[in-house]
Amino acid sequence: MKHVYGWLLLTPAAILLVGFTHYPAVATLADSFFSHATALRPARFVGLDNYASLAGDPVFWQVLRNNFWFALGTIPTSIALALLMALWVNSRLPARALVRLSYFTPTVLPMIAVANLWLYFYTPQIGLLDKVAALFGAPSHNWLGNPDTVMGCVIAMTIWKEAGFFMIFYLAALQSLPPELEEAARIEGASRSYFFWRVTFPLLMPTTLFVLVNATINSFKLVDHLFILTKGGPDNASNLLLYYVYQVAFSYLDWAYAATLTVVLLFILATFAVLQFRMIERRVHYR
Amino acid sequence: MTTVEKIAAWLLAILWVSPLLYAFWAAFHPPAYATTFDPLAPLTLANFEKAWGYAPFARHFLNTVLLVTMILAAQLVLCTLAGFAFARFDFAGRDLAFALVLLQLMIMPEVLIVENYSTMSKLGLVDTILGIGLPYMASAFGIFLLRQTFKTIPRELEEAARVEGCSWMGVLWRVYVPLARPTYLAYALVSVSYHWNNFLWPLVVTNSVNTRPLTVGLAIFGAPESGVDWSVISAGTLIAVAPLLVAFLLFQRQFMQSFMQAGIK
Repeated sequence: MKHVYGWLLLTPAAILLVGFTHYPAVATLADSFFSHATALRPARFVGLDNYASLAGDPVFWQVLRNNFWFALGTIPTSIALALLMALWVNSRLPARALVRLSYFTPTVLPMIAVANLWLYFYTPQIGLLDKVAALFGAPSHNWLGNPDTVMGCVIAMTIWKEAGFFMIFYLAALQSLPPELEEAARIEGASRSYFFWRVTFPLLMPTTLFVLVNATINSFKLVDHLFILTKGGPDNASNLLLYYVYQVAFSYLDWAYAATLTVVLLFILATFAVLQFRMIERRVHYR
Repeated sequence: MTTVEKIAAWLLAILWVSPLLYAFWAAFHPPAYATTFDPLAPLTLANFEKAWGYAPFARHFLNTVLLVTMILAAQLVLCTLAGFAFARFDFAGRDLAFALVLLQLMIMPEVLIVENYSTMSKLGLVDTILGIGLPYMASAFGIFLLRQTFKTIPRELEEAARVEGCSWMGVLWRVYVPLARPTYLAYALVSVSYHWNNFLWPLVVTNSVNTRPLTVGLAIFGAPESGVDWSVISAGTLIAVAPLLVAFLLFQRQFMQSFMQAGIK
């Protein structure tokens, strides 16, 4: 009886989950072994041909590299900032609630709105960044139009958007630390930095790992801002894997190649899924 | 905490809100003052009027509200049933099924836009609000969150209700659901914020004003090639984020706690 009840309760959710997560994941893998179907020629089995063109596609390697730099540029800085913010907001600071609110507010804004706001800062000549630069006599600069600066612009905006979100996890962890630790350290005469590096930081390690995995997954899923800021340009300098999938599928209409690119993305995400499962199993994160 | 640190914390806070404050400045002043900070600049609502006229915001609002409500309602029902099954029924294949559910935490529907789009076109659901919402309705995150909560509820309560002649559904509805209220609230806040802000999948699966939610409408309106001036874009952006932003400012403690709880579990 319990078997029947259990499955009956699960069925509605299971149908949707299989239909929109498991089936498409498997279908993506299957599609990547077939050629692109057109009105005249149906899809035929091509084995690893799509993967061969993937290996020979310079844009693919570039978006992969970009994703790597995007992750490396955003994750360590936003985690460090988040920790700093949490430490500040957790100590006796005048107007603490207001400060916490300022740090967290970007989290509730949609990425599209954030990109709209930041686009203006980066606009040549009339943008805020150029205005500030002009005060110091620097020449006007096309921040988003230059392959050397575009990634930095996108990274700065993403850090602004995400640091406050990660802050609340550190804040929760800090508040769960027993206050006796700090008292004991004070009595022993430990300096604040010594206490932080030897006590607080190691105790926050589970939170850091948790945030790290989440931030990494995010860096592969977050592409909304590219639609407003750069469209992946100039010359793919700011393109990311998921945005490239979108372009290949919905602009170039090459569904087979889009499926092949998605397989790579799924493979990357699955690797992190395994990592996260291990963490849940070992209960590395507190609670 | 040293004074230097306090000042640094405040400066960072000012830096962090300044993009938003700047949007307010630009939206409430004539375009001529968009980049000159004159405290005596005249205030105006003309930018909001223009923004409202340039894009069908009313329709986008309606679509977003419908979308968010529909997704949340379906999620609450589906995740409650599934979470209850995982928490309290020892059925065959439970652990495997649970692992398969958790997979969706990493592989969310927005990564599978290509296949899900072809599924939607087979179902005839392209350019419908149901089509935007359907992939998100069985949320692994919601199932996981409710399972964890249901597991903490003492069995004795359930047994007492059973002795009193309560059916399984009655137990779920009278014992489990009321006791999980804080989890439901936290989940609802996270879900509403997520889907209010979600962009990529709604963009892919819609192609008309009648279904496009606010984020997609805002992206079309704010695109640089649309040629709309910046004060109006700021006003439009503020219109789109206002409901969520106001709700957040009013219930900030609840919001932060919900995001925290949701992330930790």
